[in-house]
Amino acid sequence: MGRFTLNRLLWVIPVMLGVILIVFTIDRFSPGDPVAAELGAGYTQEQYDAKKAELGLDKPFFVQLFNYVSKIITKGDLGNSYHTGLSVTASIAERFPVTLKLAIIAIVIAVGLGVPFGVISSTRQYSVADHAVTTFSLIFAAMPGFWLALMMIICFSIQLKLFPASGYKQWNCWVLPTLSAGLSFVATITRMTRSSMLDVVRQDFITTARAKGVNEGTVIRKHALRNALIPIITTIGFQFGILISGSVIVETIFNMPGMGSLMMTAINNKDYPVIEGCVLVLAFFICIINLITDLAYGIADPRIMAQYTKGKKAKMKEAVK
Amino acid sequence: MNKRVPLPPHPHPHPQEFDLKIEDIRKRSQISDIWKRLRRNKLAMLGMVIVIVLLLSAIFAPLIAPYDYAVQDLANAKAWPSLAHPLGTDDYGRDLLSRIIYGGRVSLLVAILAIVFGLIVGGSIGVSAGYFSGIYDGTIMRLMDVVMAVPGFLLAVCISSALGTGVTNTAIAIGIGCVPGYARLLRAQVLSIRDQEYIEAARATGASNVRIMLLQIVPNILSPVIVDSTLRIGGCILMISSLSFIGLGVQPPIPEWGSILSAGRQFIRSFWPIVVFPGLAIMLTLFGFNLFGDGLRDALDPKLKR
Repeated sequence: MGRFTLNRLLWVIPVMLGVILIVFTIDRFSPGDPVAAELGAGYTQEQYDAKKAELGLDKPFFVQLFNYVSKIITKGDLGNSYHTGLSVTASIAERFPVTLKLAIIAIVIAVGLGVPFGVISSTRQYSVADHAVTTFSLIFAAMPGFWLALMMIICFSIQLKLFPASGYKQWNCWVLPTLSAGLSFVATITRMTRSSMLDVVRQDFITTARAKGVNEGTVIRKHALRNALIPIITTIGFQFGILISGSVIVETIFNMPGMGSLMMTAINNKDYPVIEGCVLVLAFFICIINLITDLAYGIADPRIMAQYTKGKKAKMKEAVK
Repeated sequence: MNKRVPLPPHPHPHPQEFDLKIEDIRKRSQISDIWKRLRRNKLAMLGMVIVIVLLLSAIFAPLIAPYDYAVQDLANAKAWPSLAHPLGTDDYGRDLLSRIIYGGRVSLLVAILAIVFGLIVGGSIGVSAGYFSGIYDGTIMRLMDVVMAVPGFLLAVCISSALGTGVTNTAIAIGIGCVPGYARLLRAQVLSIRDQEYIEAARATGASNVRIMLLQIVPNILSPVIVDSTLRIGGCILMISSLSFIGLGVQPPIPEWGSILSAGRQFIRSFWPIVVFPGLAIMLTLFGFNLFGDGLRDALDPKLKR
């Protein structure tokens, strides 16, 4: 298990280097000049050159890339914002908790509603409850998150005046953002749970368990759901990544000071270091989520755990076979 | 005793013709089988109808739309839905229904361009990786894994902020996000068929690698690609409108659902139709494509029956 985790953690390094390369290339070859954007209107060639040298943009592409990577590795330094001059690492550290909190609450809502809905609809296939859940999930799967957010503002904030439409300090500011981010994922998780459960419920071992007289709740929880977990875990891990990147929009709508709004400002200002830093941190976070997903497979299914912990000897044996 | 009974005359004077017909019937019956399965699925048919109506309204937008999408009528700005303007007008007095109909044109066009871009680039990568295997395959698929580590929307935001706004740039930004998915899908498909006899036979006749890939392999792996693309179009449309919503993507005055929504957001307190209707259009479109794609997948693959 430890070896597996270590292996996967090492795999994160080349992925992150690749992400740096991609983002760096995209930014450097994009039209629009950050130096000119910095100086504003009316500057001399000397001022321009000085500013360019100050930002390190006069060096060749690969030198810039190397400097950037080595700074990250040695100091954890993502550079300074061209625009405000503040440290990117510090501004991300300040903003990231908001995004993370939003994503975690949303995913808890999505799993907390999605899995039970899916189980209910699969155990009572073709019942009224099943049709209701299926219709609900079809509609919500097609609903754009940003539109749902606006509709919620109209309903709960403007008409009913129940929750505020912006802010992040009080708890009630979080209700609308987390719901609008989470509800479309409820639909996805419900659909996945339902289809995965339906595959399992028809298998012989479920019939056996019932024939032995195990009560229905235990059959569903311990025999069916446990075996249906793998695709559900995959979906949750995948959705978490989408949720993190989707936070850009939700944060813009609800004026929350998270990574999303930081990135949007940076994009408008051509503030390369901030854009790169944000994408890197989010991509790193998603790599970690993927790792946790893989570990969760092991917890859900002892057979997968056995593969993770299998020593060299067992692997050799298998190879010989 | 066994007496030899003379065979009746061959029912068909020209056996070759007969064979051709069987071939014909076989082909037709496979398609009609799929069609039959699809038709039995009511939700999929609903999805198909929605998709067809959308496509038609996008193609014939100038004929259907009651007004020009750009004509301003400031005296009639933010008019509530009425007979003259079924969905009301926006803050410049432009007819919302017409803008939404034309907006569908833009969304569908960009989505299809993005899919085509992703399919051509990702497809060539995937097919060649699966076909040649070895170091080439290993390297290029690791690279695809790296691209996949960046969430599609984030990647689209980055690329579209770098390339700038507009129809082509948005299509490329979203298309690049589709590349790794297509590369993986097509590579897996190629791996499953590349050792079959007909590929070997083609190689034995001296066909070049490119010819084998294009004429033998690609036609045989198309059906999962069609299903995947149908399901993907919905996601692309959502991404386009999300990009336009945050000010990237397609910009005003070109009508696009996301940008109409984004422009109307400031009036959310006083005039809700401008925010509600474009969103409903996006939702209906996604709904249609999701249902149709799911149905198509079930119909093409009877093993996947629910």
